[in-house]
Amino acid sequence: MNEEVNPLPSLEQDQTSEQTIEEIVASLGDTVGQPRVDDPKMSVSNVDVFYGKKQAIFGVDLDIANNEVVSMIGPSGCGKSTLLRCLNRMNDTIPICRVSGELTLDGEDIYSKDTDPVLLRARVGMVFQKPNPFPKSIYENVAYGPRLHGLNRNKADLDDIVVNSLKKAGIYNEVKNRLDESGTSLSGGQQQRLCIARTIACSPEVILMDEPCSALDPIATAKIEELIDELRENYAIAIVTHSMQQAARVSQRTAYFHLGKLVEVGDTDTIFTNPRHELTENYITGRFG
Amino acid sequence: MNAQEELNTTEVVRGSLKRRYAREKRFRLFGLAAITASLTFLAVLLITITARGLPAFKQTFIQLEVTLDSKTLGVGENPDTNELRRANYNGAIKKSLTTLFPDVKKRKDKKALYKLVSKGGQYDLQKRVMADPSLVGETLKVWLPVGDDTNSYIQGNIDSSLPEKKRRFKDNQILWVDQLTEDKQIQRRFNSTFFERGDSREPEMAGIKGSLFGSMLTLMVTLLLSFPVAVATAIYLEEFAPKNRWTDLIEVNINNLAAVPSIVFGLLGLAIFINFFNLPRSAPIVGGLVLSLMTLPTIIISARAALKSVPPSIRDAALGVGASKLQVVFHHVLPLAMPGILTGTIIGMAQALGETAPLLMIGMVAFIVDVPTSLTDPATVLPVQIYQWADLPEKGFVEKTSAAIMVLLAFLIVMNAAAVYLRRKFERKW
Amino acid sequence: MLLLIIFVLTSVAYVVGRSRAATLRKNGEQLHSLPRYYGYMTAICTAVPALLLLALWSASEPTFLKHSTVKTLPAEVQSLPQGQLDLVLNDIKNIATGGITQTADDPVREASANHYNDRKNTSQLLKSFFVLVASVLGALYGLRKIGVQTRARIFVERAMMTVLIACSCIAIFTTVGIVLSVLFESLRFFNKVPFTEFAFGLHWSPQTSIRADQVGSSGSFGAVPIFAGTLLISAIAMLVAVPFGLMSAIYLAEYASSNVRAWAKPLLEILAGIPTVVYGFFAALTVAPLVRDIFEGVGFEDVASESALAAGLVMGIMIIPFVSSLSDDVITAVPQAMRDGSLGLGATKSETIKRVVIPAALPGIVGAILLAVSRAIGETMIVVMAAGLAANLTINPLEAVTTVTVQIVTLLTGDQAFDSPKTLVAFALGLMLFVTTLILNVIALVVVRKYREQYE
Repeated sequence: MNEEVNPLPSLEQDQTSEQTIEEIVASLGDTVGQPRVDDPKMSVSNVDVFYGKKQAIFGVDLDIANNEVVSMIGPSGCGKSTLLRCLNRMNDTIPICRVSGELTLDGEDIYSKDTDPVLLRARVGMVFQKPNPFPKSIYENVAYGPRLHGLNRNKADLDDIVVNSLKKAGIYNEVKNRLDESGTSLSGGQQQRLCIARTIACSPEVILMDEPCSALDPIATAKIEELIDELRENYAIAIVTHSMQQAARVSQRTAYFHLGKLVEVGDTDTIFTNPRHELTENYITGRFG
Repeated sequence: MNAQEELNTTEVVRGSLKRRYAREKRFRLFGLAAITASLTFLAVLLITITARGLPAFKQTFIQLEVTLDSKTLGVGENPDTNELRRANYNGAIKKSLTTLFPDVKKRKDKKALYKLVSKGGQYDLQKRVMADPSLVGETLKVWLPVGDDTNSYIQGNIDSSLPEKKRRFKDNQILWVDQLTEDKQIQRRFNSTFFERGDSREPEMAGIKGSLFGSMLTLMVTLLLSFPVAVATAIYLEEFAPKNRWTDLIEVNINNLAAVPSIVFGLLGLAIFINFFNLPRSAPIVGGLVLSLMTLPTIIISARAALKSVPPSIRDAALGVGASKLQVVFHHVLPLAMPGILTGTIIGMAQALGETAPLLMIGMVAFIVDVPTSLTDPATVLPVQIYQWADLPEKGFVEKTSAAIMVLLAFLIVMNAAAVYLRRKFERKW
Repeated sequence: MLLLIIFVLTSVAYVVGRSRAATLRKNGEQLHSLPRYYGYMTAICTAVPALLLLALWSASEPTFLKHSTVKTLPAEVQSLPQGQLDLVLNDIKNIATGGITQTADDPVREASANHYNDRKNTSQLLKSFFVLVASVLGALYGLRKIGVQTRARIFVERAMMTVLIACSCIAIFTTVGIVLSVLFESLRFFNKVPFTEFAFGLHWSPQTSIRADQVGSSGSFGAVPIFAGTLLISAIAMLVAVPFGLMSAIYLAEYASSNVRAWAKPLLEILAGIPTVVYGFFAALTVAPLVRDIFEGVGFEDVASESALAAGLVMGIMIIPFVSSLSDDVITAVPQAMRDGSLGLGATKSETIKRVVIPAALPGIVGAILLAVSRAIGETMIVVMAAGLAANLTINPLEAVTTVTVQIVTLLTGDQAFDSPKTLVAFALGLMLFVTTLILNVIALVVVRKYREQYE
């Protein structure tokens, strides 16, 4: 499981002085930079997240726009994955997790009673840290979502969706002759692209990626990054990453988190060349993280 | 195209949501129903058995005024022990019954009257007189156990509204008993017979002492044999064994033995211990041997798990100060793993205590009245006693069977509770 | 008595050995091990050879005595067949121990009994003597070895290791013992009754042996109805156990809160801890009449009071916790990432379970079910008490059928000559039972092990 699902132990490690987390967070001051965009696809406003009694996210504001990649960076346990998992309510599966504040998709509150998590997750897809293809054939992996939601009218439709999704994920040429083989027989990078294809097949509007390359080698990583750039044409994308280079390469905007607080957000170029907050600068220059 | 597709997805998904949630709910209900059904069955089983078994812990006694004159007893003036043992106590009881109901004259009626008192009543009387020979010639008031049918009637298990021919308890018997009840000469008391006697053909005289002792002797043998061997095996496999084909074979063997039907162990016992080594049939020692072979895998598997959970740092630390490998295991690892091993052993013993089938094979199924005192005495065990009683037609034995089951379950509950307690108490996080 | 003496000698040897080593040490000798170990070493030298000798002697004594006694009997008795000779010998033994005999006083037997007693006493005496000598010699040897050159700890540890290895081989011996005992007797059976008749014959009535000289043709041993009955009851049991067990496991692993899990799981496991004889009693007394009443109530005729259905139902309930706890293990072993992947695509929980978790756990579940089947086939008490004895070849669950285990129990309880095919066939059935469950177990264990490795 993702190490950042429960960020509390690392929060405690970071807490070197006598201060409580709340005091440290308060000392960080307001978010530097502009978290809002003109035409947001998803919007996060003043969101707090608690695991039981401990708070993991403190009053975060952030927008995600269409045709844009937003990257979320920060040291381990800074809450970036937690926030990402709130965006399609994956945190619902953790019983002790509580979310307050407003998160919207196309202006609709995704935590309201009327919003259905199943429908939300069909519209907001997610790619996980470790490639997790189902132990089924490649075809079945991609066809899984459309079948669930009944997106195809007939078998030919489904074939179309599978082939298109595999093409969009840039893996079609590698697997077109072995669609019947198990998804787990592919290499790590291929598996991750298969998972992306699986997500695309549900025709989502937003794609969330949780450190999608952390388990891959550099060549596979390069391919995925290329793919992310292409996908930007059709989807709004949010990506959590540990690698600053990756954030710089694939994203248009970058958000820096520290101890559950959004410290600085802005154009990727600006953040990396001219960080305004001291912590951001320290992190980017590699003093910690 | 993209915009259209988006709309499409949302619409399509929304359309099917209701159906999908209904299915989700149904599936969840199935799961809940499955668990509830299983647990309900458990409750029904326990309640039925308790309801049937509880009456057996009480026994009905009848008060009689018995005259122990030497003529009725058929003994001389100063009888010796042997004479006293053979004396006709039954006659004395019969006589006291006829004095109680002097109107009963016909042979058939007399027979029915005598049936009110259990055949075991004479043994109670015998015991008293032999303990105190001066009672001969006296008249004393004694409480004697009633017969099976009378007992059933008192418990309300015989429907007196049925036509007389259809019930075992006749009209005149009902009359007598009702009168006795009115005179306060019938009493229900705690059934100590059940715990103080061995098997018997008369339900009211049958007890579980014999089988309980048989079970204890058998379990003792099982424990003495299986515990050391299992611990030694676990230590060898977990701490010393090289990884090769031979140890692999041993492992597969142990896992497989754990799943071999218990009756096959009975066949082994019959063919090897009884026919080949000529050990006595029906003896606790053979039962113990068979059961220890059967419980070995259980104990070995849990002992290995316990040894495995001792962290390597402890071994390294002891090896580091110059202890030999064997010393490390016996001085450090084994004591730390002991609670886990004991838990596994108790569970294995509980299994052995409830086991029946292999013991049938080695002849522990005979009708044995005496309480076994040594490992080679013929004996039976509690579960086998239950099996034997379950086959008998008398109403009284249904109760006795249920009561014996309750005793067996009580033992099992105590053992398992001990295992749980041990596990909780010594649970350690490294 | 002898054992007690050996024990005392051993203790003495330990004390002497230890003090001797301690003295050497005090005198400045550089001993390899602690004095304690020299004590242990001496003790081992004292006890082991003596005990070995004792065991060997005791094992061979009866055979030796028997031969010697048979020689004293008249020739015509000696030429009696084995079974009757054994009876005579038993009698003699009874006379010798002063027990009750079946035959009236017989001078020949009395004489033999006297001879038997004589020999026995001599043997006892010799045995005690030699064992004691062995033990004393061992002790002396051990004491002499105490010295600088001897590495007592290594010696003791070697001995311990030997014990450990010997213990771990008992599992192998058990299996070998089972195989040999059932195989040997089965072969004797197949000598008398051809295997083909046993395996394909449709008629089973082992009780009809009439005359001893009719060995091969006595009764008929077609085991097909028995196998069919076993399968029928096991199938009914699995029809109950698999759905209930699997759904319980799914509910506990995926839906239940940790609170519910904490009490529901142990409660379910109680079902597995109840002795089978209790289930048998319950099946025979409560469930079977209930089944008959219900089915006769809805218009079926001729519902047997020992119907396969009643036995199968109760057996199924007994197996529920078995299926559920094994399936629970394999279901929780499916990585959370699988569930996340499916939920992240917008699947509901039940869709995730049905389409991802169960297929992923399938090999493990199949293994669990195979183990449960092996358990159902080998289960004895429930069927002995609640299923019938009549070997009907039927698939109607309302009729009475019989099973392999029931037949083994009926054929082997009670007294009978050990050589008759009627007894031996029980071992042939036991062989079938052992082989079937062995195959099921091995497949299941391999499948489950492979499955675990996949996710570790």
